[in-house]
Amino acid sequence: MQPSDKEFNPGDSRRDFLKKSSLITAIALTPAVAVKAAESQADERFAELFEKIPLNITVNNKAFKTSIEPRVTLLDYLREELHLTGTKKGCDHGQCGACTVHIDGERVNSCLSLAVMNEGKKITTIEGLANGEELHPMQAAFIKHDGFQCGYCTPGQIMSAVACVNEGHTGTRAEISEYMSGNICRCGAYPNIVDAIIDVVKGGSKP
Amino acid sequence: MINFQYLRTTSAKSALSLIAKDQNSKFIAGGTNLIDLMKRGVSSPEKLVDINHVPLKQIEMHKDMIIIGALASNTAVAEHEIIKDHLPLLAMALNAGASAQLRNVATVGGNMMQRTRCGYFYDTEMPCNKRQPGSGCGAVGGFNRMHAIFGTSDKCIAVHPSDMCVALTALDATVVIAGPKGEHKILFKDFHRLAGDTPQLDNNLKADEMIVRLEIPLNSIGRNSHYLKVRDRASYAFALVSVAAGLEIANHIVTDVRLAMGGVAHKPWRLTASEDFLRGKEASLENFEQAAKIAMKDAKSFGENDFKLVMAPNTIIEALTLAKSKI
Repeated sequence: MQPSDKEFNPGDSRRDFLKKSSLITAIALTPAVAVKAAESQADERFAELFEKIPLNITVNNKAFKTSIEPRVTLLDYLREELHLTGTKKGCDHGQCGACTVHIDGERVNSCLSLAVMNEGKKITTIEGLANGEELHPMQAAFIKHDGFQCGYCTPGQIMSAVACVNEGHTGTRAEISEYMSGNICRCGAYPNIVDAIIDVVKGGSKP
Repeated sequence: MINFQYLRTTSAKSALSLIAKDQNSKFIAGGTNLIDLMKRGVSSPEKLVDINHVPLKQIEMHKDMIIIGALASNTAVAEHEIIKDHLPLLAMALNAGASAQLRNVATVGGNMMQRTRCGYFYDTEMPCNKRQPGSGCGAVGGFNRMHAIFGTSDKCIAVHPSDMCVALTALDATVVIAGPKGEHKILFKDFHRLAGDTPQLDNNLKADEMIVRLEIPLNSIGRNSHYLKVRDRASYAFALVSVAAGLEIANHIVTDVRLAMGGVAHKPWRLTASEDFLRGKEASLENFEQAAKIAMKDAKSFGENDFKLVMAPNTIIEALTLAKSKI
């Protein structure tokens, strides 16, 4: 995904390139007038290959400072850069929910969010739910109620389930099913997933 | 995904000046449709202007209208007490659309700007006049089960997939648009376009403009209402047919009514002739059936979607009946 230095023409001066690319990176966050002035001098097509945007992000209570290509999704950043592979890539198009994480406490499909759009945000992934060795109540409930078979959708299901309880959309089985409909389970563990959610709600344990 | 330049801005004014400079730039808000299209190579903007930090998230009650900022999330609108109290039709429609995860980031403006689309639009190996003007329409004579029955063109029979927009069309909303020359307003029902000879255009927003807010008149139509969505599975699927119905009834007589449909046209489809018929008539099943019949007058199907000619009027009758039951 990241173009290597080998990809540019050795005939181009490296100093020139660095000048242009840092210029473009800088203008990403500067006012329009400055952008206009800067762009007329920069070779955008050349520079865009190397442009990285600074990113400050907190994942599972740990702060990260990096720079990243704008096209990298939050999902790919979590999996490929931070090696947090608990968050799964299912369809990669927002249709299955396997990539569900919490952004500032709200559930979101991380495959349809660019990492750079999450500047300053707090992300929670499945790896951030347990308290040390102690499972989160929803994780324990999924095990107790057999809320999965193959397990691939499970991290997304659990992240979504925790949010569903926090949102208060757990009045009836039908309401839970409706508000969990963004998470597809090909094994068909749906009834057990609903059981697990109801158990957590009844247990009164605050996710 | 082809890489692009990413710019972030905190004011509508600077967003507009950034977008004006480059035809191949786009705004990104929630991004749930745009990023999907970019991944599939259907859309490849050279520049994205992130407008998520522009302060347009307000949901406010004014004397005679409710104002919703273009960047309010679908969840924020659907869960807001003002909306649940005064415009349950809008809350119902929003909750019928997408999934909880998508609604958390999808914005009101982004929902309006999502592409009118079908499988042929998404498949870059297939002809599609919307994606590539002049290449033909794969859906006319192809797989067209999901496709339009009203206002169709031989160039494109895709449908606008939004539920929210169907409710807003019924609710007589107004769209406030900002551009280089200031703000102007357009009726919601005139915001989206039929395909005609220019299926590449989904709406009337110009390239150098942005949606800033919606104004929705306050009346009891939005309260005595129902949004009925018929789809292939119980949740998280596009409508085959949907109907937004709002009624005011006095002494069994319909004093006012709003009807709009989704899943049937290139834009949210307002049923003006049916509304005109119902006003002043008894709120009876017979009249609801007649209104549905009137709605279907110019309907045209394309083979796989023939069933919509039966499903659509049935859904209209059912939605009116359910709206009436709430009075």
